[in-house]
Amino acid sequence: MDKSSQSQNWDLVIKGHTSLFDVKFKDLWHYRDLLFLFVKRDFVSFYKQTILGPLWFFIQPIFTTVVFSFVFSNLAGISTDGLPNYLFYLTGITAWQYFADCLTKTSTVFRDNVSIFGKVYFPRLIMPLSIVVSNLVRFGVQLLLMFCMMIYFYLFPIAGTHFEITTGIFLFPILILLMALLGLGLGLVITAITTKYRDLVFLVTFGVQLLMYGTTVIYPLSYAREKGYGYLVELNPMTGIIESFRYAFLGKGEFTFWSLGYSAIITFILLFIGIIIFNRTEKNFVDTI
Amino acid sequence: MSRPIIHVENLSKAYQIGQIGTGTISRDIERFWITKVLGKDDPFLKIGETNDRSSKGTSDIVWSLKDINFEINQGEAVGIIGKNGAGKSTLLKLLSRVTAPTNGEIKVKGRIASLLEVGTGFHPELSGRENIYLNGAILGMRKKEITSKLDEIIDFSGVERYIDTPVKRYSSGMYVRLAFAVAAHLESEILIVDEVLAVGDAEFQKKCLGKMGDISKGQGRTVLFVSHNMAAVKSLCSRGIFLENGMVKKDDIVERAVGAYLSGDSESQNQKTFSKDYDKKQFSLQQISINPVGNNDDYVLDEYQEIEINTTFTVKEIDQSMHFTYVLNNEIGEPLFTFSHVSGGVHLQLGLNEVRCVLPKGFLNIGSYFMSFYVIENAKTTLFVEKDIMTFTIQEGERPIGSWMGKEPGFIKPVFDWSKI
Repeated sequence: MDKSSQSQNWDLVIKGHTSLFDVKFKDLWHYRDLLFLFVKRDFVSFYKQTILGPLWFFIQPIFTTVVFSFVFSNLAGISTDGLPNYLFYLTGITAWQYFADCLTKTSTVFRDNVSIFGKVYFPRLIMPLSIVVSNLVRFGVQLLLMFCMMIYFYLFPIAGTHFEITTGIFLFPILILLMALLGLGLGLVITAITTKYRDLVFLVTFGVQLLMYGTTVIYPLSYAREKGYGYLVELNPMTGIIESFRYAFLGKGEFTFWSLGYSAIITFILLFIGIIIFNRTEKNFVDTI
Repeated sequence: MSRPIIHVENLSKAYQIGQIGTGTISRDIERFWITKVLGKDDPFLKIGETNDRSSKGTSDIVWSLKDINFEINQGEAVGIIGKNGAGKSTLLKLLSRVTAPTNGEIKVKGRIASLLEVGTGFHPELSGRENIYLNGAILGMRKKEITSKLDEIIDFSGVERYIDTPVKRYSSGMYVRLAFAVAAHLESEILIVDEVLAVGDAEFQKKCLGKMGDISKGQGRTVLFVSHNMAAVKSLCSRGIFLENGMVKKDDIVERAVGAYLSGDSESQNQKTFSKDYDKKQFSLQQISINPVGNNDDYVLDEYQEIEINTTFTVKEIDQSMHFTYVLNNEIGEPLFTFSHVSGGVHLQLGLNEVRCVLPKGFLNIGSYFMSFYVIENAKTTLFVEKDIMTFTIQEGERPIGSWMGKEPGFIKPVFDWSKI
């Protein structure tokens, strides 16, 4: 019996201990349809039984923008780099929200899906990937809102403000990718750790909000530098991405390849660590969660 | 010769019981230090003990499975049986890769589709059709595979009319039907099924088992089936693996494995030898045994067997008016009927008597029975009574696939003389 079983080629070997880098990308490819079905599920179930439907995607950024303009621009008087207030905040919020959604949703992926994960096997990485992609749909819709506002301010310019689309627009796909992967990588690390130690969940919920204030969403980088805190804000890998994003669409912002390169390096390090830890955890997390 | 399709070697799975939380960080660091840095065996696993939930152990690691070895050939239908907590579900979880083994390995050829639950991943807001796609993809089907089978799946589920209604509006029966329909149309070499029969009505159970029989016998695919319904296991599977406390107790043809499992149940005892307490003035009782006719070793009684009740006793003073009488009671203690050697025309003799009473084939329905024993004189005076002197269980026999696997109403199902007039 042993002889015959050893001489055969098995399709699958299930073992307790596997190599650290044993990530099954081939499996992932086989399940790609599942990824898109999850995306569709998220999108459809989001607005089912609501009256406004997909309009809800607009309402959150609009209200946030209005409140931010009132508090930070009108009351606190923080500069918006010579851009129309609303446009300045909306670009920051749109980009930040995509990153934040990717991060918070992936950081609870094991806990949220334990009922599915506990019953059937599919490459677990499909789930966080589907989250990143379905947030992309939402991001796309919000981007439309941003374009509408850009057209509005182009047709009815406010005196003393000026904006233009620059060649930086060609970096746009890279920026999206970086935001997605940064959120994904960090989220994967957190979700893997939270299967055993729940503490991080609490940190994430308010940490993401606080982190926004450490990014150039509500103030331009130039303003932070002026006050002497530029180096601190620049440590945040999201700063380079949001600044580039604003530069691409509005022509303002501290865009350098150095800062974008820094963000990219941090992103890939986090993603690498994230995938490895996630892959380690997915095998046994059902027992400890 | 059929080829092995699943090979399981020294498979073990340890679980930590009790609270997981406090002290895990320090323990994890200690464990990491010992196993990874010093390269020694994991000390926390060494002290593990077998999984017996009724006895109190000293360690908080238990082995849910310990050194399991078996091999399954292509096209076999294997039933996995055992008490709650014997490790059946753990084994299925390991096979379906929901969790990883602690030690040992499983080698598999071909695709595994596992049905630990029906309807995994169903989203209440989505329509039946959308859920077919979603659930199918979760179970490992490609989109075009599902599209090509969509009509078949809808047809099998029998909920065609509601297929574009969100599944949250479904009745629970419709929900399960749809879910099983998807799973039943998976094209995998190996199908793992856990207790799906527990849900759904008789008609649906019939359909499920029929489909599973079709998969294993008709299409030659390998099926692993976990159930507490022995009738279903017997009729669907050719081989049985009986697990106890995380170890393979018996791996044999299904009848023997089921037999080993059931006779391990100490609740029913089919042979009893009596001590001096039963030595009375007029008589003494030696032994009562209940077993299938002509089979003294196999104490498993099933619904299709002829059953004999043998009584051995000594009569000390011959008195033809002394009657040895049995009363058969059901599991809640209601008497079903009384029977005695007198109506059978047996006359007692002085000294040792061995009498046999044969219940006809298929007379008793499945269930547990309690027998009371009376010795009566002159048809009125009771000399001796013992309630529940014997307890025995009639098990489900092998039934044709596609038939109802549950219990028919009633306690006896005698075969009467039927004919056309």
